[in-house]
Amino acid sequence: MKVGLFIPCYINQLYPQVGIATIELLEKLNVDVGYPSGQTCCGQPMANSGYEYESVGACNNFVDNFKEFDYIVTPSGSCAYHVKKHYNIIPQTTEVTKVRDNVYELCDFILNILKIKDVGAAFPHKIGVHKSCHGLRGLRLGSCSEVVGEKYSYIEELLQEVKGAELTTLSRNDECCGFGGTFAVTEEAISVKMGKDKIQDHLNSGAEVITATDTSCLMHLEGLINRNKQPLKVLHIAEILNSNI
Amino acid sequence: MSHSKLASIFNKDEKRVDWHDKALWFVRHKRDLSVHNVKGWEELRNLGHGIKAHMLSNLDNYLIQFEENAKKNGVQVHWAADADEHNKIVLQILKENNAKKIVKSKSMLTEECHLNPCLEADGIEVIDTDLGERIVQLAKETPSHIVLPAIHKNRHEVDELFQEHLGTKPCDGDPQYLTGEARKHLRTKFIQADAALTGVNFAVADTGGFVVCTNEGNADMGAHLAPVHIASMGVEKIIPKQEHLGVFLRLLARSATGQPITTYSSHFKKPRKGVKMHIVIVDNGRSEQLSRPDFRASLHCIRCGACMNTCPIYRRSGGHSYDATIPGPIGSILSPGKDLTKHSTLPFASTLCGSCSDVCPVKIDIHSQLYKWRQIITKETPQPFVKKQAMKAMGNIFAHPNRFETVGKIARWSLRNLPKAMINSKPNVWGHTRDLPLGPEKSFDQWFKDRENDKKS
Repeated sequence: MKVGLFIPCYINQLYPQVGIATIELLEKLNVDVGYPSGQTCCGQPMANSGYEYESVGACNNFVDNFKEFDYIVTPSGSCAYHVKKHYNIIPQTTEVTKVRDNVYELCDFILNILKIKDVGAAFPHKIGVHKSCHGLRGLRLGSCSEVVGEKYSYIEELLQEVKGAELTTLSRNDECCGFGGTFAVTEEAISVKMGKDKIQDHLNSGAEVITATDTSCLMHLEGLINRNKQPLKVLHIAEILNSNI
Repeated sequence: MSHSKLASIFNKDEKRVDWHDKALWFVRHKRDLSVHNVKGWEELRNLGHGIKAHMLSNLDNYLIQFEENAKKNGVQVHWAADADEHNKIVLQILKENNAKKIVKSKSMLTEECHLNPCLEADGIEVIDTDLGERIVQLAKETPSHIVLPAIHKNRHEVDELFQEHLGTKPCDGDPQYLTGEARKHLRTKFIQADAALTGVNFAVADTGGFVVCTNEGNADMGAHLAPVHIASMGVEKIIPKQEHLGVFLRLLARSATGQPITTYSSHFKKPRKGVKMHIVIVDNGRSEQLSRPDFRASLHCIRCGACMNTCPIYRRSGGHSYDATIPGPIGSILSPGKDLTKHSTLPFASTLCGSCSDVCPVKIDIHSQLYKWRQIITKETPQPFVKKQAMKAMGNIFAHPNRFETVGKIARWSLRNLPKAMINSKPNVWGHTRDLPLGPEKSFDQWFKDRENDKKS
């Protein structure tokens, strides 16, 4: 099984520790991980801003880098969703459809492809899970409160096996944090208010750490937490699953 | 004004935002409690979606069938291509009947057509009889929500409005007293009315009948007392068969307010003796929307308002920030079809979180349509030069790994070394209220290269 690691642009440049945790975790789980050196971005920032046509170069670059792999794994539900859902703007060659079919968010990959629940991590803290929307409602990494059906959450299934981890309960289990890419800037007032409310919900639930499948949501929340000097930390799910404190 | 500007004005009063958000979340939560108890809820949604899709594919035939059956029942049927024609037809009917005082039950279509000012200009007294609508009418405002039109107003504001317009006593916003006074006021209007106008929630092709849903019974009081009943309906309100009502009535009330069924689901079929019944069937841009394959499913909408209640942006920006007859997520995919330039910011008033699509009882892919409108808007309406150039530059950088590496290096260095005051200066909107991450020394790329080299050595 050839697995290609996709590290999204902003994680690569601003949060390398998330990429490091991801690759270390996958290697711990005996996955043969390849990291193609020419990767940049999935193209989402332009596409979600209405400039899909400016993202074609990024899409092609992505496919070029990952066409050889059986699976593409990324610590970002949002980017995986973008490749799956919006790569219909380039010709649908077998390489493109293969890439779209086989791109996986990290937790989804560990639980459903590797079939591993207990990754051997220990993290004795109260953890608040932020269910990032694109992973939740786009990739269906968990059930969401609007839809009637069986309740499940891949991220929580993995966290439940982490030694010492205690999951807290939010009053609004799966509300968006307000990041939304360029939305965070173009709709600043709403974005900030949504983030503040989300943080308050986590504080009320007694969480010490907020985690998510997406660093982008966490970057937005962390920006507010740090500015307002609030007693919360953010860690990507890969960092928790890779820890052994 | 853009959605973002209007929303930031609404957000200046954080307490009001909190209260607005909580009030609507309460309704969304009630909806959850209600639908999670219904066995086969998702199947009902599929059915609703399927019936609407089938109806839209055969719209012409069902409309003709409806007209034939309605006429057989003794109802007069009128066709209006647009808002202007609709208003003229209504005015004509009123004039023919010498009607000077009109009671109206809730109808977003007549809002869309701006019927009230048009009738008032002709000296007709128009009274909105839904309590929320009456409140916004007295305040000379438009509804900020399609099911809860006055949700942006608190009881103290209603108290003041009633004192001013209905001569009530100050009551510290006592809801019971205010409702009682509204009831007295509206009953006088019902008794005096020369004609009643209602909307149409569902028009049934195979019977020619139609259903109007209200929680206050105001449509019934109007229509049962007045000698003329005019019902305005959008072309998409048609459903093929009477038996389909069972699907939609169950979906509508639960999605709207968490009720098992709306308090009054009144079926109208033929006029009572000595009473005239008219139906005005209105297109007003709907067939144009139908012609857009990516957006036609927006016409499935049964106007339950669930997408507004669930939308974290709507809850925190207020309905008026959308500056459109139908606000919120569904409005943001309907309005650009009417006027792309005026409503060009609405599809961007979303994080594309997808909650609207998942809550929608007839499974409209709202967030996907928002995404699709964005692509059209940036091509067909004027965009800020800076945004266009920035997107072009980003596209270019991300298409070329070497350029990405260089830009990344500069960004990390700046975040690490530049003074905070410079980083968080005015043009950096992010930095107004949020910190940026501290730029790390090494990118992941660099870390990986170093590790590979270490392995070799």
